[in-house]
Amino acid sequence: MHKPVIRAERVSKRFRIRTAQGGSGTLRDTLCAAAAAPFRRRSRGRHQAPGSEAIWALRGVSFAVEPGEVIGVVGSNGSGKSTLLKILSRITPPTEGRVVVTGRVASLLEVGTGFHQELTGRENLYLNGAILGMRQREIRSKEDAIVAFAEVERFIDTPVKRYSSGMYLRLAFAVAAHLDPDILLVDEVLAVGDAAFQSKCLGKMDEVAHEGRTVLFVSHNMGAVRSLCKRAVWLDRGEVRQQGGSARVVSDYLASYGAHDSAGVGSVFAQDGNAFLAESEDLGLCGLRLLGPNGRVRAVFEPHEAIHVEIYYQAKRPLHGARLNLWLTTSEGELAFLATDQAARGELTPAGPGRSLCVIPGGLLNRRRYVIGIDGDIPPTRELLPRREYLCFTVAGAGNHGSVISEDWPGVVCPAATWSVDQMPAANAPGGPER
Amino acid sequence: METNSRVTARPCPLSEVPAPPLERVIEPPGLGVHLDWAEVWRFRELLYYLAWRDIKVRYKQTVLGGSWAILQPLLTMAVFSFVFGRLAGLEQKTGAVPYPVHVYTGVLLWAFFAGAIGRSSASLVGSAYLITKVYFPRLIIPLAAVGAGLADLGVSCVVLLALMLYYGIALSWQLALLPLFLLGTVLAATGVGTLLAALTVSYRDVGVVVPFGMQLWMFLTPVIYPASLVPERWKWLLRINPMAGLIEGFRDSFLGRPMDAGQAGLSLAIALFLFLFGAAYCSATEQHFADIV
Repeated sequence: MHKPVIRAERVSKRFRIRTAQGGSGTLRDTLCAAAAAPFRRRSRGRHQAPGSEAIWALRGVSFAVEPGEVIGVVGSNGSGKSTLLKILSRITPPTEGRVVVTGRVASLLEVGTGFHQELTGRENLYLNGAILGMRQREIRSKEDAIVAFAEVERFIDTPVKRYSSGMYLRLAFAVAAHLDPDILLVDEVLAVGDAAFQSKCLGKMDEVAHEGRTVLFVSHNMGAVRSLCKRAVWLDRGEVRQQGGSARVVSDYLASYGAHDSAGVGSVFAQDGNAFLAESEDLGLCGLRLLGPNGRVRAVFEPHEAIHVEIYYQAKRPLHGARLNLWLTTSEGELAFLATDQAARGELTPAGPGRSLCVIPGGLLNRRRYVIGIDGDIPPTRELLPRREYLCFTVAGAGNHGSVISEDWPGVVCPAATWSVDQMPAANAPGGPER
Repeated sequence: METNSRVTARPCPLSEVPAPPLERVIEPPGLGVHLDWAEVWRFRELLYYLAWRDIKVRYKQTVLGGSWAILQPLLTMAVFSFVFGRLAGLEQKTGAVPYPVHVYTGVLLWAFFAGAIGRSSASLVGSAYLITKVYFPRLIIPLAAVGAGLADLGVSCVVLLALMLYYGIALSWQLALLPLFLLGTVLAATGVGTLLAALTVSYRDVGVVVPFGMQLWMFLTPVIYPASLVPERWKWLLRINPMAGLIEGFRDSFLGRPMDAGQAGLSLAIALFLFLFGAAYCSATEQHFADIV
């Protein structure tokens, strides 16, 4: 029997947030508090400092990861994903509970940690390798492979401050990609960079997974979680809400993601003080919602109904040649189609708020669950919004497929194709047996 | 058994035998000190790279580059010799030793000490981007900040030799004791530096006080003036100030003067105590750095 390589047992983490009257943590306050402490100790709990409020970032989280497993961790912002990774990486200790980890762990909470602008690519390669826990001779033996992977041979002795952001990212990821841990903890590194870089990262992750390493992967990219991970853990406000097959967990998570919103299922908008669901320096995505033909927001549609997808955004400055793209995938992760508003939008996107409406015609989709992903770019190279999945909806009902019995129908789409059936004399049939 | 076969089956990039899978338990820290020197030793290469980075970056894109390491103490010596030696008349009080040599030996060690403490006390806060992203023993960071000063210290020691040649001062067997005083200074600087670094994480006040405090400390140390000038009833201050004994001992071993062995021993002991105390304090609090830095 395999022994789990990561076994988390009722892990909890508490942060103390200091409130305004609690002071800002200068030496004077602490000295005052220490002086007053003997008089206070009896009335308060040992951990409860005055003027501070406890926040539980994680609460009783338990799970196990088998050797060679690639496991995804999903959850909205503030659900405790990053805290969990930090505990597993030993950056911060748990407040309660324990984790037993077997094997060499490397954690990749960002790419290029400790890169120094003034140092050359090669110098940063060694420095970053050491920071990530590589031995010097290990780095030396992999140096050529790293440089080749990053495609920066010509610039390896140039200070990285002269690098383009793409070269910088490639080098940073290349170092990380050549770590040889038994367990790799990865957080959101794929959220940066252009599409080519992202696919390179995903490819490398896939390769690592196939080498039998254990990977724990935290991401907002549901497509990546679904395709890379067999299993997923869904964290919700610090607790494990669900764990199991990644396709199931991801689609349940996306379904609930919309449901959090006051407008009900079928809509998602930035909340908790965030202006945007996603943003870059050029563009922010405020939210999106699905409407049926009668203008009501919902997440279940009849196959024959048109689905109106409204995308609300804010251009932070006038943009030329920008476009928003809608990726419709099935809940299993197959791409049904990609649509773009480029032609409707025209050349110029003025600064300020805007709405882009996509009408998915009725009579097109199959009876199943779909996921809507959005990205934005200025083709061919500039990314405005990373591709992420935001909403989930279900098509249910009689179906367009033309079958009269109730059965599951395969296919990512199921257009209401027009059929007609005629009786014809055998002699007139083209390509008949007589010829 | 299966776990073992999996590990051996994995392609190993280096031709080393894979270690048996090590099991690590991550638990809430207990109270008390978790000073784990084996762990620090395991990360010695990171220590080296961080110190190397500091040295490398310090003189990048400067015109004079590494020459600054020579120029700074020399210029300080020149200014001090003029102001304190000539104008204030201290050059009459250093006996057989030329005042520039006296002040240079003091400045040399003090510059390392103050620089190391200044850098290391700010180092943890300045490395927040590392502390919140990667695991390693936090002690590595202030240690590297102290280590980054060693190169300059080495350079200025060579300059001192040249200076003594210029003034025609002979070296004696006592030079063999020199490493002892250098080590003592490194220990004291590391101790104070790591303690202040750990305190700065929680209390940024420390960062404000350090430059000012180091200046005061210098005047309590016989850097500019010879220890012999200090009145008898204040001598105890020099006795408990490890830098006083270390700088005097450093001078004695370079200049071949008779040495106060008792004082040297006491200063070394205090330096060692500071080192252990600072390292222990830093280790006792390091678990929480990532949460508060």
